[in-house]
Amino acid sequence: MQLINTILGGLSLGMVYAAFALALVLIWQSTRIVNFAQAPMAMVTTFIALTLIESGMNYWVAFVAALVAGFVLGALVERLIIRYVDHDNHINPVILTLGLFIVLHAVAAVIFGSNFQSFPAPFGLTGFSVGDTTFNLTPTSVFTILIVIAVMALLRLLFLKTDLGLTMRAAAFNQEVARILGVRVNRTLTLGWALASVVGSLSGLLIAAGGLVHPSYMDGVVVYGFVAAVLGGLDSPAGAVVGGLLMGVTLSLVSGYLGSGLVPLAALIVLVVVLLVRPGGLFSTSTERTV
Amino acid sequence: MSALLSSPILRRTLLALVLFVVSVFAIDLLSGFRQGQVASIAYLAIAAGGLTVLTGINGQLSLGHGAFMAVGAYTTALLLGRWENMPLLLLLLISIVVTMAVGAAVGVAAARLHGPYIAGATLALAIAVPALAIHFKDTLGGEPGLRVPTRDVPPLADDALFFLTGTDTGTMQWLATVSVACLIVTFLLLRNLSESRVGRRWRAVRDDPVAAQLAGIDLGRSRVLCFVVSTATAGLAGSLMAMITRIAAPSGFNLVLSLTLLMAVVLGGLGTLTGALIGAVLLSLLPTFVTNFGSGMGLSDLQAAELAPLVLGLTTMAVVLLAPAGLVGSLLRWRQQARLSRS
Repeated sequence: MQLINTILGGLSLGMVYAAFALALVLIWQSTRIVNFAQAPMAMVTTFIALTLIESGMNYWVAFVAALVAGFVLGALVERLIIRYVDHDNHINPVILTLGLFIVLHAVAAVIFGSNFQSFPAPFGLTGFSVGDTTFNLTPTSVFTILIVIAVMALLRLLFLKTDLGLTMRAAAFNQEVARILGVRVNRTLTLGWALASVVGSLSGLLIAAGGLVHPSYMDGVVVYGFVAAVLGGLDSPAGAVVGGLLMGVTLSLVSGYLGSGLVPLAALIVLVVVLLVRPGGLFSTSTERTV
Repeated sequence: MSALLSSPILRRTLLALVLFVVSVFAIDLLSGFRQGQVASIAYLAIAAGGLTVLTGINGQLSLGHGAFMAVGAYTTALLLGRWENMPLLLLLLISIVVTMAVGAAVGVAAARLHGPYIAGATLALAIAVPALAIHFKDTLGGEPGLRVPTRDVPPLADDALFFLTGTDTGTMQWLATVSVACLIVTFLLLRNLSESRVGRRWRAVRDDPVAAQLAGIDLGRSRVLCFVVSTATAGLAGSLMAMITRIAAPSGFNLVLSLTLLMAVVLGGLGTLTGALIGAVLLSLLPTFVTNFGSGMGLSDLQAAELAPLVLGLTTMAVVLLAPAGLVGSLLRWRQQARLSRS
């Protein structure tokens, strides 16, 4: 029974990691940057939602407002900061996103305060029960799973069935050729960052639901989301989803049976083992490096 | 005399000795509070120096050097908890060796990774190590951490310092002197190492792995060696930090420590030890300065405390965007260009 409940908890957590990993993959595909600042960006938009809710607004209005804020924030970060970084050196973009990480943390702590605040959940937090046994599947976690699936379906539609998606894929595949063919590459990059930031904000809102929010509540998620993205291969959106679910269930099992203090170590071990066995991730299609 | 000065190693050793004697007198003149600041600058600079060799010279990015400092600090705390009178040199050496062992294990894995993957793995390490300290609370003290007992100044060293300065040595003065001595020795070794054949190999591996391999360099071995050297400095820094702050607690080794170390390295300029030193000085002095400024502007204490990371992050982003070679690196390049245009 405990096993089933642990796995159920892991599935809804895994969906959140999957959404976060998807945000990382979207950006990696188009700009070859791992956006470590995704976590504090999501944190900031969650705080915006919390402020709106506390000022008396409806949960869903705040929810949508946070996603819109995520869209704007992602676009601004790409347009004002990321566009000007030197891509030849692979260290500079990483340090830039880490600098942004610290800046957003500090800004959030100054504006919203650095103490723990509780964030409301959209639906109930008690598990469904059949007879005497209660399953660790709450209405909120069902909502989490459904909305992440819906978002993934929408993104898939966008990328595979629309002209906009086609131009975005072209810009990600080869910027020069896409530019020659008339794609406004810079605009699609900004849009790509904005969309990724929306997905990241969604994962921030989902993990906050019914829990506590403070400026560093997403720090663990950036590590687990990154490991999930690497598990699936940073290039594969489907891989990110599978990696997220695997991560959620694995970490949930470790936390349930061995102790929550070992969760980060387990994530590290999973990451290292996967990279040693398959350097490109489980679903990677790109060729491996020889050196 | 000229023969002595023509050998770079002898010249640097001589310079290091002179620097040490000068710093003994300088520390003696400072107040207790300033001595504490000097000590913390010294241990930060030691860790930043190791990181700048790893990132700047070998091209490996580590977001987890705070975790290695934690290993050194906890080793020191555990050793002092059991044998309070352990000789200082032995204590530092064991802390370094233990950290190197952990570093070797991580380095073997890290050497096979590249780019964002190594960043992610070391990021996970930075979060995993403090969590371990909380998990094993019986040995490692859990959330409140381990207290590190204060040690008396060894009589022999006290006498020697009395001979030099003519005053008695306080505990903080002793720790500041030890830290500065460690800093000078570490920088001397790192400088010599990076100018030697080993250092040239590290640069070759960074600049072009394929060409380096064709030239007969074992890439994996070179990367692991650099990683281990770098973690050794982090272990030393952690050990000193534990003795200076008198505590080894998980909250002291959070993600922000690892990230600020990296910022120090970037601010100064990747790959230069002078840059690492400047970065460490900025890191130690900036918080007090900015926090006081914030309080003066009418912010609450909690808000003012957040201004320091804000300024640090903004400065780092500005340096990456506007002067990618770092402060020292850009200055060097600018001087070189000026010299070229003159000739």
